[in-house]
Amino acid sequence: MSMTSKIKVATTWLDGCSGCHMSFLDMDERLIELVQAVDIVYSPLVDAKQLPEVVDVGILEGSVSSEEDVQKAREFRQHCRILVSLGDCAVNGNVPAMRNHFKLKDVIERGYLETATLQPQIPTRSVPALLPVVKPLHGVVEVDVFVPGCPPHADAIWYVLSELIAGRMPDPSSVTRFGA
Amino acid sequence: MSRTLTIEPVTRIEGHARITLQLGESGAVEDARFHLTQFRGFEKFCEGRPYREMPALTARTCGICPVSHILASNKACDLLLSVTIPPTGEKLRRIMNLAQLTQSHALSFFHLSSPDLLLGWDADPATRNIFGVMRQDPALAKDGIRLRQIGQTIIETLGGKKIHPTWVVPGGVSEALTQDERLAMLKLIPEGLEIAKRTYAFFKTLVPKFKDEVDHFGTMPTLFLSLVSPKGYLEHYDGLLRIKDAKGRIIEDMVPPHEYERLIGEAVEDFSYMKFPYYKPHGYPTGIYRVGPLARLNNAEACGTPYADVALAEFRMLQESGPITSSFHYHYARLVEIIYALEMMDRLLKDPDILDTRVRARARSNRSEGIGVAEAPRGTLMHHYRIDDAGLITRVNLIIATGHNNLAMNQSIRQVADAYVDGNNLREGMLNRVEAVIRCYDPCLSCASHAFGQMPLAIELKDASGRLVDRLIRGA
Ligand code: SF4
Repeated sequence: MSMTSKIKVATTWLDGCSGCHMSFLDMDERLIELVQAVDIVYSPLVDAKQLPEVVDVGILEGSVSSEEDVQKAREFRQHCRILVSLGDCAVNGNVPAMRNHFKLKDVIERGYLETATLQPQIPTRSVPALLPVVKPLHGVVEVDVFVPGCPPHADAIWYVLSELIAGRMPDPSSVTRFGA
Repeated sequence: MSRTLTIEPVTRIEGHARITLQLGESGAVEDARFHLTQFRGFEKFCEGRPYREMPALTARTCGICPVSHILASNKACDLLLSVTIPPTGEKLRRIMNLAQLTQSHALSFFHLSSPDLLLGWDADPATRNIFGVMRQDPALAKDGIRLRQIGQTIIETLGGKKIHPTWVVPGGVSEALTQDERLAMLKLIPEGLEIAKRTYAFFKTLVPKFKDEVDHFGTMPTLFLSLVSPKGYLEHYDGLLRIKDAKGRIIEDMVPPHEYERLIGEAVEDFSYMKFPYYKPHGYPTGIYRVGPLARLNNAEACGTPYADVALAEFRMLQESGPITSSFHYHYARLVEIIYALEMMDRLLKDPDILDTRVRARARSNRSEGIGVAEAPRGTLMHHYRIDDAGLITRVNLIIATGHNNLAMNQSIRQVADAYVDGNNLREGMLNRVEAVIRCYDPCLSCASHAFGQMPLAIELKDASGRLVDRLIRGA
């Protein structure tokens, strides 16, 4: 396949644990096959830091917890033809959303005031502001493919990508589920 | 005109970070800072949860080293139960921990750092990644993929899942090992060991080429903290705390892990969601210390397995005397530890008692406080819980492996920036070196955030009034 006909894929993580990206890497030797058909144009695994103008498939891991996450989600939506919500954090908020039971102020104060030995203070410089309520990805942008699982198995990710490469819309419900 | 230079996001690391460099009038670096930009809040939202949920919950701090959280958490829970876990249960936990060490170190070396080492700091950023390595050196890329797969497969064989397995439970593990599983895992080890030895031999030939980086990648004097076995050997699952100073003198030894609060304090700075741990008796920030593979090898008397001990002896010769100072040698130490992990798994899997079916002690909570400490791939990890009479969590403190290195990472980027960044003549490879020193530490920032950032990397030069004077975009 020539370079020009390769499918452009971008990935990033919002508020997640990187486990979904690790599950992507768990495709192991299939990765070598994958990059025959796909160009990873933007990802934490590569150094290209500018999301290209047009991306075929965007994959987002993690929930939306900070203003930076909102911005990244919007940017992905704007540049990606198909947007994949990968893993339970992106699909339903999962563990990050557990903080929604508490006031943001209390959560931050526990982290930086009550458990600090020295200089208790709340970081504000060069760090993004946190949202009072953590949301799933489709809470801020429209999503095309939902892939639940914590994380979704590498076989499920392989299936989703293979279908997309073949030009079909995948139905992940047959290969993964919440908490898988 | 003073300027701020921002590198964002830092790539080929786990998690969300940015680096800012303050440049003075002359273009020289005046300050350098590493900012963690994600915040999670585990310390608060775990409150009110049953303690038995903690291993599965805290595993979600990190998808690279979930096993470390699972182990530290379960060890804290063992204490809440007030049980001693059956010896076979402990050995099985150790195997899973070593499998994780193998896969996580393989990820760090092959997938994240090898592009710099093989393709060069100044290589085209569009191909300076593991997929570029697949094209340039397919054999090495395949080795990396396979080694990581071997670690992940052993975790899956034991725990049913590669990421976030639930087989380790308070009191031990939920199921005994079968002979078939044992043999399947034993079959993987010779191949893994061969890859590890081959990579180690290859890396040794690379080290002399990086003399300049060795001299500038985090060579500041620091303390070193790690667990060691009661004999002072390399230890990852259990053991006692040891601290060595920069000259190699042991200043704390055989400290039971539950006394960690006597040794370690945590400071907060306003520019990062990551806290700054320090060695309390020396104060802040003088009490700077490093953890992880470099610290563990500096602190250990020996590894205790044959080939790793040969490699450890060679590691000690990297410097004339004293503990190995350069953070560049984290890579070296990681490769030695992979060899150790594979040799040790082989030994444990061949243990005559490994198929014993008594693998779990059962009890209810019998104590209100538990502290679990283990060596994660990136360093010493501490989970500290308090529960009420109903077994619900009332207080959680987590000290995360990556966090311990926060002061050291900040000083290291300063040193690299001083050595390589010329504000008047900015080039991409200069900034990649600043990121590369961070990669030496293999930080795990989703852990450290108990908080992540991916934006187009634009390095912007602004003057004192905030006006944009220059802009360099990577990978555009
Ligand atoms: S879904 Fe699970 S594996 Fe994926 S980022 Fe969230 S916690 Fe991690």
